Amino acid sequence: MSRYTEHAVSSWMQADGPDSDIVISSRIRIARNVSNEPFPMLATNQQSEEVLNRVASVLKDEELKVIGDFDLVPLTGMSELEKRVLVEKHLISPNLANEARNGAVILSGNEAVSIMVNEEDHLRIQVLYPGFQLKEAWDVAGRIDDIFESVVDYAYDEKHGYLTSCPTNVGTGIRASVMMHLPALVMTQQMNRILQAIQQVGLAVRGLYGEGSEVMGNIFQISNQITLGQTEEEIIDNLHGVARQIIEHEKAARQKLLNESRAKLTDRIRRSFGILCYAEIMDSKEAAQRLSDVRLGIDLGLIEGLSPKVMNELLVMTQPGYLQHHYGRPLSPDERDAHRAKLFRERLNPSGR
Amino acid sequence: MLCQECGKRPATLHFTKIVNGDKTEFHFCEPCAREKGELIPGTAGGFSIHNLLSGLLELDPTGKPATAQQKAAQPRCDFCGMTYAQFSKIGRFGCGECYRHFQDRLTPLLKRVHGNTTHVGKVPKRVGKKVQLRRQIEQLKRDLALKVEQEEFEAAAKLRDQIRELERQSAL
Repeated sequence: MSRYTEHAVSSWMQADGPDSDIVISSRIRIARNVSNEPFPMLATNQQSEEVLNRVASVLKDEELKVIGDFDLVPLTGMSELEKRVLVEKHLISPNLANEARNGAVILSGNEAVSIMVNEEDHLRIQVLYPGFQLKEAWDVAGRIDDIFESVVDYAYDEKHGYLTSCPTNVGTGIRASVMMHLPALVMTQQMNRILQAIQQVGLAVRGLYGEGSEVMGNIFQISNQITLGQTEEEIIDNLHGVARQIIEHEKAARQKLLNESRAKLTDRIRRSFGILCYAEIMDSKEAAQRLSDVRLGIDLGLIEGLSPKVMNELLVMTQPGYLQHHYGRPLSPDERDAHRAKLFRERLNPSGR
Repeated sequence: MLCQECGKRPATLHFTKIVNGDKTEFHFCEPCAREKGELIPGTAGGFSIHNLLSGLLELDPTGKPATAQQKAAQPRCDFCGMTYAQFSKIGRFGCGECYRHFQDRLTPLLKRVHGNTTHVGKVPKRVGKKVQLRRQIEQLKRDLALKVEQEEFEAAAKLRDQIRELERQSAL
């Protein structure tokens, strides 16, 4: 277990992806259920255990081993803090961490693949890739789906497709999403217009931690809404096309800011960097905003000698769960704000402790 | 900024809710937010898609909330035992069979959520194979009836054997 909570950044994040100055990650999630079993919400302890055992048998599959080394990690016996770290790393959902009976997660060594068992649906296959690699992520998720399909019968009917607990997922069961850092579109006040357009083409926009979460640090998660009546390829192509356009708009907005208000932009970015290097107290909202500024500074070459990967790492490390895990004990909100600031000082400015 | 609920602790959670274009901001400390059941990223509770769905489902076709009597008369899934009233409360089905049991009521909902009611994507190879076999058997049975009607008993016997073979395969 500790191998998955030890590092703030999954090893898949260490690799550079295409357009990674704007797209942080691409994700495919496939919801599947085993046929003739009640969904996890209604399953008895014995039934959910049975599902877990059936699903776990897939780990022996030779084809799965070609994709990677997988570990089954049961949620029982995991501390609250460990669960929260997995949530902050996007490896499990809050729902699995809090409610699941016989919940487990199957993780690939590099954490790019995580398969939740007994969450809202029996199976939630997730593939996370760095940068803009939606189609690549779909290829892998589809292969894993095929492997499960060869071992267990899925709940499926001709009319409704793959049957899921929530009717918003029925059909393909696919949720594709891209996590984008869009500070220039926010600064140039174009985001509202874009958000409206996105919603009109059947896509949804959320904050960093999915459904219901607030947009923090200019990080937007854009995903498909519709899962029924479109093929998997149509869903992914649609999101891919829209995300591509947003990337171009963000690039243009960044260029515009550089051309028209370089001094003001540089000032803002350097001030944020200064605050991260020297502040004594830092709440999570401010941290997200300052990190966003500095990340933009790195991407535009206005701050040198810092890697965007450090920013990714700090984004996860300064979340409440990871922070407490890092310091090895529960921290009050005030203590967290102080420790968060300390962590920034240590990482960004070793002489400024 | 202090928490707007207790006024004592600093507000560490900030929410913006937009309902029909009306923006409301909330600033809570963590204990108060938890008590209010507002969503804290990384924890359960709070407003979810299921709340929203159940809002849609509570409405009957005329747009009025269902009466107790109507709710009692609602169909029940014979596999997991869930009633439509329960489904409309939690916005989640209890099992795959619910889709079959509640099909009539589900169609308008699926149209509203997806703009569509029929799956056109991937077909699982194993389950899909049975679907294909079933379709094939149904076609052969229609052919058989035709041959019997036309008194072509030799051809009918061949079809009968074919159907038996496919039925044997589909039972595997």
